[in-house]
Amino acid sequence: MGLTLVEKIWQQHAIINHDDGNSLIYIDRIFLHERTGSIALKNLENENRAVRNPSHVFCTMDHIVDTFPGRGDETLMPSGKEFIVSTRSSAKKTGINFFDLGDPNQGIVHVVSPEQGIALPGVTLVCPDSHTCTVGGLGALGWGIGSSECEHALSTSTLIIKKPKMMKVVFDGVLPFGVTAKDLILHLIQKFGAAGGAGYAVEFSGPVIENLEIEARLTLCNMAVEFGAWTGIVAPDSKTFEYIANRPFAPQGLAYNKAVGHWENLRSDKDAHYDEILTIDCETMTPFVTWGTSPQHAIPIDKSIPDPDEETDSSSQKSMLRALQYMDLSPGTKMKDITIDAAFIGSCTNSRLSDLRAASAVLKNRKVASGVKAICVPGSSQVKLEAEREGLDQIFKAAGFEWRESGCSMCFFAGGESFGEKQRVITTTNRNFENRQGKRTRSHLASPATVAASAISGKLNDVKSLEIE
Amino acid sequence: MEPFKQHSGIAAPLIHLNIDTDAIIPSREIKSVSKKGLEDGLFAEWRYLSLKTRKENPAFILNQEPYRKASLILTGENFGCGSSREHAVWALYQWGIRAIVAPSFGSIFYNNCIQNGILPVLLESEKIRELQTFVELNPAVNQLTVDLRDTTIIAGSTIRYSFEIEPSNQENMLQGLDAIGSTLEMIASIEAFEENDHQTRPWVYFK
Repeated sequence: MGLTLVEKIWQQHAIINHDDGNSLIYIDRIFLHERTGSIALKNLENENRAVRNPSHVFCTMDHIVDTFPGRGDETLMPSGKEFIVSTRSSAKKTGINFFDLGDPNQGIVHVVSPEQGIALPGVTLVCPDSHTCTVGGLGALGWGIGSSECEHALSTSTLIIKKPKMMKVVFDGVLPFGVTAKDLILHLIQKFGAAGGAGYAVEFSGPVIENLEIEARLTLCNMAVEFGAWTGIVAPDSKTFEYIANRPFAPQGLAYNKAVGHWENLRSDKDAHYDEILTIDCETMTPFVTWGTSPQHAIPIDKSIPDPDEETDSSSQKSMLRALQYMDLSPGTKMKDITIDAAFIGSCTNSRLSDLRAASAVLKNRKVASGVKAICVPGSSQVKLEAEREGLDQIFKAAGFEWRESGCSMCFFAGGESFGEKQRVITTTNRNFENRQGKRTRSHLASPATVAASAISGKLNDVKSLEIE
Repeated sequence: MEPFKQHSGIAAPLIHLNIDTDAIIPSREIKSVSKKGLEDGLFAEWRYLSLKTRKENPAFILNQEPYRKASLILTGENFGCGSSREHAVWALYQWGIRAIVAPSFGSIFYNNCIQNGILPVLLESEKIRELQTFVELNPAVNQLTVDLRDTTIIAGSTIRYSFEIEPSNQENMLQGLDAIGSTLEMIASIEAFEENDHQTRPWVYFK
């Protein structure tokens, strides 16, 4: 029987296969950030353990640093400076690759790792951060771990793990105008639940995925964890190889050619076995937005809020009622009638150059509705620079958006910042959890284009309707 | 890590779906580069009416007697989903939680539990409802017992359920193993792998 893409990468990295189903897996790349990486490095130091292979370890500053122009180590985050200073000191002591504040390569970990050629097809990459699955967009096997497992990976270059179950999700058809990778993943989570992918490595495939650009594939895989999956991955193809060429930490010249030869084999065999196969028809798909406090509380933006009375499962019903109360919304309300207080474009999900281009195309020659606070935080210092070269910053600013330094920002209180109490926010981030973006903040997840269209309208809206208006 | 064999205690039913690690410990409650001192931030947004004054919310179950002394949590699907922050597990442990019973867990959270001596018990929703009914009749007296040696959860003299756990996870928790130490004993195999792999994938190695 043939092998799936994930099984091929697994086999390539298995040092020892134990009888109980666990394998000792070689870890090619470890990424850290100042929130959780700081603790892993400090614990290793306290226990007198060394970082086994510092050249394979990378660290950036994104989770605690603020995003104000002219920023330094001081931040609004309680004791934030301690994390920043501790990370810097550990990074210097251990000799790992470090993108400090002010470094032109600083940025959000999952934006930096593809951008710098650190994530590559077929590599294993871990980070004490749940959105590490993002790099699956390049055909890398990446997954989030805790600090203890991170210490294990740092000191041994390995992890002991059990092979996950295999799932294939086929996105069929052609994407209609205005529908993006963010809408695909919200649709999937809505249909099969926030735990729908639990225990699985999910391979995204089908004509829609083949047509997606690399940055869109990164967005898609980013939210595999919101589907409950262990990770998500897309088979690398010529677009991937082109994307990787000439990136600083990627192989160059002859080494690159040799690598491409190897990467071309990173595809699932025709007779590979999957434990589960899901198919989604995309022909009639519309932009999605969330109405509740779990990513599974998603709905096409032209629909109305569902009625919990029609939900047959009692715990789901309870969860819907709780979500509606938190969100201060009622069943039957049209999504497009919901007015917003703020709009946020940023995070490891949707802050890359293509995301900023999509949003600015909507914002050009338009103004954010009065009373709406609008913020754009580029995903990396490189993205910011590129966007400024293209003049996108001018479009954002002219429309009424704040233009910030790169970091995780208000996805979750990073930099100690949050939206005001009970503010309603349309956001390109990945989690609409209670209190995630601020005290009692009501978050609606959507794509960059939908966030931009909503910012202009002052209420939830998609690009298509905005154009018609 | 302390070995985990068996534990009995008061169980608090906190039956919501998808309780995420931001709810278990909000980002702002992680105030130092340390694994310690996190119990005060546990469920902070639910537990306190004001984060500043730390005035307790009497409606939150862990602020009520006898659940203040709870050491087990009964909960809904996908517990511990979201952020990978191990602080969620450290905070639960430091507050006094030793076992969590759920139909499913966030996968990173589940591993973090195993690493820190909190037993994650996988059990079907109907069985959790039975346990909840038993506990709520008289929470202080109707305690639950989890036994990792024979992978059972026991309520009184009538309810006894088996639960599944990977044998290696069971063994590691029973022994309180130092995983890094045992892997470092296999360093020769790791080095041999690298030497071989370097021929196949030279671009992965920087020197």
